[in-house]
Amino acid sequence: MRHRLRFFLRKLLRMILLLLGVSAITFALMCASPLDPLQTNVGQVALGSMSQEQVEKLEAYWGVNTPPAERYMGWLSGVARGDFGMSLLYRQPVLTIIGQRLGNSVWVLGFAWLFSGALGLLLGVLAGVYRGRLPDRCIRWYCLLISSTPAFWLALLLLLVFSVWLGWLPIGLSVPVGMETSAVSFLDRVRHAVLPALTLSITGVANIAMHTREKMIDVLESDAILFAKARGESGISIILRHGLRNVALPAITLQFASISEIIGGSVLAEQVFSYPGLGQAAVTAGLGSDLPLLLGITVITAAIVFMGNLAADLLYGVVDPRIRRGRAKS
Amino acid sequence: MEPILQIQHVSIDFTQYESRKGTSRRCLQVIRDLSLTLYPGQVMAVVGASGSGKSLLAHGILHILPYNSHMRGEILYNGEPLTKERAKRLRGREIVLIPQGVTYLDPLMKVGAQIRKGRRDEASRRMSREALGRYGLSPDTEDLYPFELSGGMARRVLIAAATVEKPRFVIADEPTPGLDTVSAGRILAHLREIADAGAGVLLITHDLELALRIADRVAVFYAGETIEDAAASDFADPSLLRHPFTKALWHAMPGHGFRTIAGAQPYPGTAERGCPFVSSCVDCVDKCREAEEIAPRYVRGGWVRCLRVQQDTTEAGTENGDLGEGMEE
Repeated sequence: MRHRLRFFLRKLLRMILLLLGVSAITFALMCASPLDPLQTNVGQVALGSMSQEQVEKLEAYWGVNTPPAERYMGWLSGVARGDFGMSLLYRQPVLTIIGQRLGNSVWVLGFAWLFSGALGLLLGVLAGVYRGRLPDRCIRWYCLLISSTPAFWLALLLLLVFSVWLGWLPIGLSVPVGMETSAVSFLDRVRHAVLPALTLSITGVANIAMHTREKMIDVLESDAILFAKARGESGISIILRHGLRNVALPAITLQFASISEIIGGSVLAEQVFSYPGLGQAAVTAGLGSDLPLLLGITVITAAIVFMGNLAADLLYGVVDPRIRRGRAKS
Repeated sequence: MEPILQIQHVSIDFTQYESRKGTSRRCLQVIRDLSLTLYPGQVMAVVGASGSGKSLLAHGILHILPYNSHMRGEILYNGEPLTKERAKRLRGREIVLIPQGVTYLDPLMKVGAQIRKGRRDEASRRMSREALGRYGLSPDTEDLYPFELSGGMARRVLIAAATVEKPRFVIADEPTPGLDTVSAGRILAHLREIADAGAGVLLITHDLELALRIADRVAVFYAGETIEDAAASDFADPSLLRHPFTKALWHAMPGHGFRTIAGAQPYPGTAERGCPFVSSCVDCVDKCREAEEIAPRYVRGGWVRCLRVQQDTTEAGTENGDLGEGMEE
């Protein structure tokens, strides 16, 4: 029990340090950004026609003249009290916006995460089993092709094929244009989420499949598999009983590590499909100098990624008997 | 008596990609022209240094060699060719392997499930408990994972796993390294029991002293070749041995002076021609270096590949083959 408590305290401390670091770097980068918040958001012409008083008011609103250290400390003390501040662009609490956007994104991200994980595992195992033969060569060819394709380009291609040429799916946004919120059906939302999710899945598969393939080859070359063969176990039983069992541990790590890639990829994919998710909000906040919103999004996504890795750590303990039983004994 | 296993002129080679670009392929011969005959109830020890290709012999017999290797020659089991299909059918049942150590068990699966190969019926459970019991392991062992076994326990589990189905031919590949003398002695005693129960046992080891404790015959492996095939009793006196390397090996044993052998064993497949032992031999002449091939000679009830030993004229009928024939005493 004490062991477990220490484990969680240590993880918590690590997460706090990580989030501090991430927010500090984000803040520093925003300060170094050449974008002038007033010119970007108000415009040169509008600024020129304003009185000095009005400009000063705006400068105060965007925090132009406040020293960076003071702004950061102000943001930090707010966060410590659970207040992530107000978004400067949307004029709403940051947490409200993140909540809305995450609600939109969570389906896209979740689908892409599960689909790429499952398909990647399947392809990786197949490639490993058929190493050097035709299925392996096809899978590797596909993975290398996808890995060297930029995600946004793939998104454009899908958009072109499925929305423009075939007309099967909507071109963008998360709901049909000009429809009341109450009239939007679940199916409408799914139809809008398909393409961004597909983009993220297709790109996510390559990484997982290639890593799984390597692990599967390692497993199949192990002494344990040789002995299983020597004992007359059939090929299919060896793959199902020994191969999958031993590939499960690295697969868990890969699956949870891919959360960060999926979230990273969503920034581009959502931009292409004008999908109002978290990724798109991050781009808007970054380009519009909306410091509180950007910091909020960065910190929350970093926390999600951290939680994913933590979950992998914990699952390892459940799946791997060497950890599970070793812990029970100590 | 009908031999259970006859290995006739078996060679195993590996295809390797040399040069950094991986463009030029070369064949590396690891086992060269090996012939052995094993009878039921007999323990034959194959003794050779680490890296001399002994384990590959075991994998070759079972047809589980890595994909980049190739085996030539003939293996007869019970008088019939042991083809890939036949080996597939027999391995794990009649022909079993006792591997080197705990790494040959699936680290994530309980011992019991591995011994039973996934079967869950009552008969299989009883058989696995019996097998464990034969080697002094309690039924609780079934619920342990490989990492929870001690070195000695792991070897006994491996023997139990191999002998669940009462095999007729057992290949034990280095079953004792890393064990203390008492545990190693126990493992060897178990192998002797298996042979005494009527199975043929091929004991692959680098430890001549241990092998002599239970073996009936000893085949000495040097740089991928069997340079001598002798009765275990010949090792009582070095003058009964035939090959200079076997004699040197005898003198290198702790009880016999502990004298080291000068020079290093060439890697298998590196010797183009002549006797592989030539650089360390005290007795070699020019023709030992130049001979294209040194055929085995039948000498005093054993076989030797050495030009300096006179072949017995009486029983030299079988030209260049059937090594180990005529060893029935």
